[in-house]
Amino acid sequence: MSLWVDKHRPKDLMKLDYHKEQAGRLKNLVQQSDFPHLLVYGPSGAGKKTRIMCLLRELYGSGVERLRQETMNFTTPSNKKIEIMTVSSNYHIEVNPTDVGIHDRVVIMDLVKNVAQTHQIDSSGQREFKVVILNEVDDLTKDAQHALRRTMEKYVATCRLILIANSISRVIPAIRSRCLTIRVPAPTENEIASVLHVVCKKEGLNLPSELAMRIAKCSGRNLRRALLMCEACKVQQYPFTSDQKVPEPDWQLFIKETASMILSEQSPKKLGEVRQKLYELIIHGVPPDVVFSGLLCELVKNCDMAMKCQVASHAATYEHRMRLGNKAIFHLEAFVAKFMAIYKKFMEESLGDVF
Amino acid sequence: MQAFLKTGKIGGSERPSSSGAKTSTKKKPPAPWVEKYRPKTIDDIVDQGEVVQVLRECLSGGDLPHLLFYGPPGTGKTSAILAAARQLFGDITRDRVLELNASDERGIQVVRDKVKSFAQLTVSHTRPDGRACPPYKLVILDEADSMTTAAQAALRRTMERETRTTRFCLICNYVSRIIPPITSRCSKFRFKPLARENVIKRLQEICETEGVDVGDGTVLHQAVDTCEGDLRRALTALQCCQRLLGKITAEGLIEVTGLVPEQLVQDYVNVKNYTELEKFVENFLMDAYSAAQLLEQLSAFVVSCGHLTNKQKCAISEKLALCSHRLLDGGAESMQLTDLGCTIIMANNNP
Repeated sequence: MSLWVDKHRPKDLMKLDYHKEQAGRLKNLVQQSDFPHLLVYGPSGAGKKTRIMCLLRELYGSGVERLRQETMNFTTPSNKKIEIMTVSSNYHIEVNPTDVGIHDRVVIMDLVKNVAQTHQIDSSGQREFKVVILNEVDDLTKDAQHALRRTMEKYVATCRLILIANSISRVIPAIRSRCLTIRVPAPTENEIASVLHVVCKKEGLNLPSELAMRIAKCSGRNLRRALLMCEACKVQQYPFTSDQKVPEPDWQLFIKETASMILSEQSPKKLGEVRQKLYELIIHGVPPDVVFSGLLCELVKNCDMAMKCQVASHAATYEHRMRLGNKAIFHLEAFVAKFMAIYKKFMEESLGDVF
Repeated sequence: MQAFLKTGKIGGSERPSSSGAKTSTKKKPPAPWVEKYRPKTIDDIVDQGEVVQVLRECLSGGDLPHLLFYGPPGTGKTSAILAAARQLFGDITRDRVLELNASDERGIQVVRDKVKSFAQLTVSHTRPDGRACPPYKLVILDEADSMTTAAQAALRRTMERETRTTRFCLICNYVSRIIPPITSRCSKFRFKPLARENVIKRLQEICETEGVDVGDGTVLHQAVDTCEGDLRRALTALQCCQRLLGKITAEGLIEVTGLVPEQLVQDYVNVKNYTELEKFVENFLMDAYSAAQLLEQLSAFVVSCGHLTNKQKCAISEKLALCSHRLLDGGAESMQLTDLGCTIIMANNNP
């Protein structure tokens, strides 16, 4: 039994639930003789991967669904051996180069070269190129991105790249200008609700529309999360009632808890307790930038405008430092300490005004 | 019967020819317009009077100095030198020209080994078929501003010693990133951003050759506006738009260039309070627009904006620069946009 997310994933471009106009364009693109490199970007859970798989199916037929996993080995110039997992079919190969950290450049150059140098033997009725899918391009090092640009031009005859990114802010312009960029906006809450209805109908369940709307709101316009939440709801209680509790992701609750701890008392002792909480979040694999924005969002709730500005500006500073440094905990803690200082001063001043 | 045979014959004779045409078109990979319409001779180059004049002089027998081309992207630097090289050397271009760009290994080791050994070879002043050609080779270092200082330093002596046999052409965007000893050895040429009307004329020619309908040309004006004198970007945008939509429209251009709609920029400047700001940032990122692009457009908008005082403009621009820097370092988009938004709100509140 598979999750609903996988079970009800659309397999055909024309069967997508939203952005239908874009799907039509993609279909047109496939039918043209020439297929450019693609750069697909959008927030997570917007359906980037679904669209790409549909596109591949359109290009090569159902053969792309026979997937196999392989581990590939590369050697860096400094003679370090690195391993990376790839998922591939006869027609495409998918890899996540950021898995190997700063050695991503080697992976990109060797992998693309490998793929590009093997021609399709039987090219009759087939496309004469293979597709390489690279995930999380925006997290690649600058070095790797620069290596990509020449590779893209050099092997254009035998392979096409499909790059996936969350945002193109961090993709260098040279790559952007070589690709056809496709923006995939997150679905609106109404679109999510309607997808939930469709899925529940297929499962033979009865979903009240208020609950669907509530799930859609909670999901933060992330369709994958919405579907998972919906399934969790079903496990919790079925038949659905419209005032049923929607389980929030527990890390969100945890961040909220941490924030209220910070607001309750500002002292070095409390800071120590907060540190424990932050460590726990990091150990459980919650990305530090999510922790940062979650904290900011919760902390500024009962501040006045001037203070909000101050806090936001400090948050931006510390977050930036966190990117440059490599120990996230230092910067998270620095931010918390800074906030405590500002908040305490503010409270004392306002109390002073009263007396 | 006869008619049948006849038609059959005609059909038969026609089919192979049509399929033949098909395979021949299939074999040639459809080139990007940028490559297809790259200037073939230096006379085709749009604008850039002085450079073209110097190159023309050396084509007609004069000597070629070491060259340093600098200027914004898409103004024809690489095209100019490639066209000149082709005209100088004709079919022996491959033997006489060494082209290295940022994606090739170009550390100090490569400069020492590859460039130096290439530079040391002497070449004759005649071609294999007996015609005359210039007695030197050409090394083109594209995107030279991304070379390390050490690699540039290693070039200095090589450049001087091998002047007899080799000319260097360095191409870069920022001349300040080239070390002074190198700049003093080259004759520098600045490539100006292309004049508007020339860009439009060129785009129009290409669109006509490709058989693309551009209407009365307003979309071309828009393409030029969004690309700030960068001919390559404008051309790529047009081609992407044509591929994706089958026609060129204003909305299509905005979509393929990843531009943020003007309305959103205005909304961002007119945000009233923190709650609104939070909402704006969330929606903005959910719609997958690029924060870096927003900052770029915002900077243009703020500077030319009528209703802001100078003080407000200063405050916003200063924060904008800071946020843009952090964004380039990889800072989270939501944080930076919130921070900048706060500054804008504060600036709006006390003019």
